Amino acid sequence: MCNPQKLLEIIDLHVSIEDKKILKGINLTIHRGEIHALMGPNGSGKSTLANALMGHPAYRVTKGKVIFKGQNILKMSPDERARLGLFLAFQYPTAIPGVTVSNFLRTAVNSVRNEEINVLDFHKRLNEKMKMLAMDKSFTKRYLNDGFSGGEKKQSEVLQLVMLEPEMVILDETDSGLDIDALKIVSSDINKVMNENMGMLIITHYVRILQYIKPQFVHILFNGEIVESGDYSLAEHLEEKGYNFIMNEEQN
Amino acid sequence: MAANEVPKIGLDKYKYDFKNPENYYFRVQKGLSREVVQTISEMKNEPDWMRQIRLRALEIYNKKPIPKWGGNLDDIDFDDIYYYIKPAEKMGKSWDDIPRDIRETFDKLGIPEAEQKYLSGVGAQYESEAVYHSLRENLKKQGVIFLDMDSGLKQYPDLVREYFGTVVPTGDNKFSAMNTAVWSGGSFVYIPEGVHVDIPLQAYFRINARNMGQFERSLIIAEPGSYLHYIEGCTAPIYSEDSLHSGVIEIIVKKGARIRYTTIQNWAPNVYNLVTQRAVVYEDAVMEWVDGNIGSKLTMKYPAVFLKGRGARGEILSMSYAGKGQHQDAGAKAVHLAPDTSSNIISKSISSNGGRASYRGLVKVSKNADRVKSNTRCDALILDDISRSDTYPYMEVDNATARISHEATVSKIGDEQLFYLQSRGLTENEAMALIVRGFVESIVKELPMEYAVELNRLIELQMDGSIG
Ligand SMILES: Nc1ncnc2c1ncn2[C@@H]1O[C@H](COP(=O)(O)OP(=O)(O)O)[C@@H](O)[C@H]1O
Ligand SMILES: [Mg+2]
Repeated sequence: MCNPQKLLEIIDLHVSIEDKKILKGINLTIHRGEIHALMGPNGSGKSTLANALMGHPAYRVTKGKVIFKGQNILKMSPDERARLGLFLAFQYPTAIPGVTVSNFLRTAVNSVRNEEINVLDFHKRLNEKMKMLAMDKSFTKRYLNDGFSGGEKKQSEVLQLVMLEPEMVILDETDSGLDIDALKIVSSDINKVMNENMGMLIITHYVRILQYIKPQFVHILFNGEIVESGDYSLAEHLEEKGYNFIMNEEQN
Repeated sequence: MAANEVPKIGLDKYKYDFKNPENYYFRVQKGLSREVVQTISEMKNEPDWMRQIRLRALEIYNKKPIPKWGGNLDDIDFDDIYYYIKPAEKMGKSWDDIPRDIRETFDKLGIPEAEQKYLSGVGAQYESEAVYHSLRENLKKQGVIFLDMDSGLKQYPDLVREYFGTVVPTGDNKFSAMNTAVWSGGSFVYIPEGVHVDIPLQAYFRINARNMGQFERSLIIAEPGSYLHYIEGCTAPIYSEDSLHSGVIEIIVKKGARIRYTTIQNWAPNVYNLVTQRAVVYEDAVMEWVDGNIGSKLTMKYPAVFLKGRGARGEILSMSYAGKGQHQDAGAKAVHLAPDTSSNIISKSISSNGGRASYRGLVKVSKNADRVKSNTRCDALILDDISRSDTYPYMEVDNATARISHEATVSKIGDEQLFYLQSRGLTENEAMALIVRGFVESIVKELPMEYAVELNRLIELQMDGSIG
């Protein structure tokens, strides 16, 4: 049952917020080495899926299973999921005033590794990664997401991603709000991180980012359901016709 | 854990709960009477004028009602307190000189080690008396005086007589009167003109006995252009009976001088901590109070600056943590009595596990004080549904040119913040601790390194409880 290539398997997942049904039976399997894109109009439930996978307490799973690395993770707390190798780059990261990026990252790295990383080693690694991401050193002294611009928040999420080295990455609209130069940088950073052992789910509203990070699979989410799946050409198709095309198709 | 429920912090832990047998050298009987006051004065072999001050203070104390505001003082039995306990026959010249159990207490508290590493001088008080005092030679040579208050009175009676009770009058409040009647120990500090004491002096106050009342009295005189950082730490073992700590601290900051006074009070949860601390600040001088209230059952403490000279400045940073069974009624007082004076008050409080944190502040501007600037900012963080936070800001402004601002925020730890940190692998407790540390960061970074580390560890410890 547990295919070693399978990394994340979402089976008939239903999610409600308060008493509102948002996701209505999502099925999606991601193998190691695969990049999937999940596209859909605003309000279709993309972030809901991301939050539910990560274990946000407000997103109630009413039915279904999520198997990650062979384990059903739905009973796990968010930190247990993170330690198992799941990572979500948030659409709207929360500010933690008074906590520096560097202090936070060290705490997080220690937590996911379950052992104390030597302070010098940590800073060496952090410096390397920041250089790779062409980020200014002073960034680490700032308070986490506190007063960050939209672009800085996204960069901060990517920095966390490269520091934590997860196996399954969910990017929730990491491209939104970035200008084209910033988008190119962030995309190339993400490409550097991706490898054949990892899985990636790119959530986006626009096709843009997919030109830089090429997914093998594209899924369209509409009204809490995946209404169409295909290869990269589906994204191109969407680019041409827009969401209206799909929505009309659905409604007819 | 249910979706919207903020986790409860487990039983607060207190790591200074170790006690010695009560091997005092001398002790008065319980309760506060004329006889007790006389005995204390005799024991100390004081000049008559001081005895008269004490006796008058007792009369004032007896006349003043117990304050009805602040915290609940109904449960404390003032007749069940020892107002004076002398722990040893005389003060030690070295740590080896003092009774072994007392020495071991201060070892455990890390005082001799701190003295070596990062202090210019140390005073250690145990029950009612100083048991050890030191000051680096180079400072002595520059004319700096750092003694316990009793020795200060003996060696510099004129200086003490000139300033004693001028900053905090005996009748300022019930507890300043009580302190004046039975004071014992505390620090006497004198910094000559232009001398900078760059490495801090520290006084450490330890209560060991049951039903103890500790009434230290400190007087700090900073001559023009001088600088001092003074640190005060306090702990006690836990008893089921109440103890009382009621200090009075008087500070005179003369022209262009600057004093920073840092308190980290971590009294046991059975200690009532009722302290009056006040500084008069002259022309272009600066007074900074950094006040950390972590322990005690009830603290009522409002560090004050009386800005008397043109351009004088006062900074009051207050941080308090109110856990189970605790009420921190802390705050600040800035009294602007001269033109171009400024004050800045920052208060951060955390309440959890049923604790209550209150900010009580007064900003006062007198008629002749033109162009005063005063900012107050109070942030409260409440960790669960059973804890409480209040703000009582008072303003009396008699000059239209004053620019006064007051900002207050109350927040709960947000589910979104917790989830965000948990999604990065931090457990719920770790996430809480990190958020709380971030909340107090602006104050913690003002603390000496060792205290900052200690405080952060303390927060982690507090958060490390069981989560339901
Ligand atoms: N925390 C929340 N509380 C209430 N409703 C929410 C919450 N988050 C999302 N929703 C609702 O769920 C639906 C899906 O939202 P979301 O998953 O954010 O969509 P997307 O990310 O695709 O734009 C929307 O109708 C939205 O209003
Ligand atoms: Mg979204």
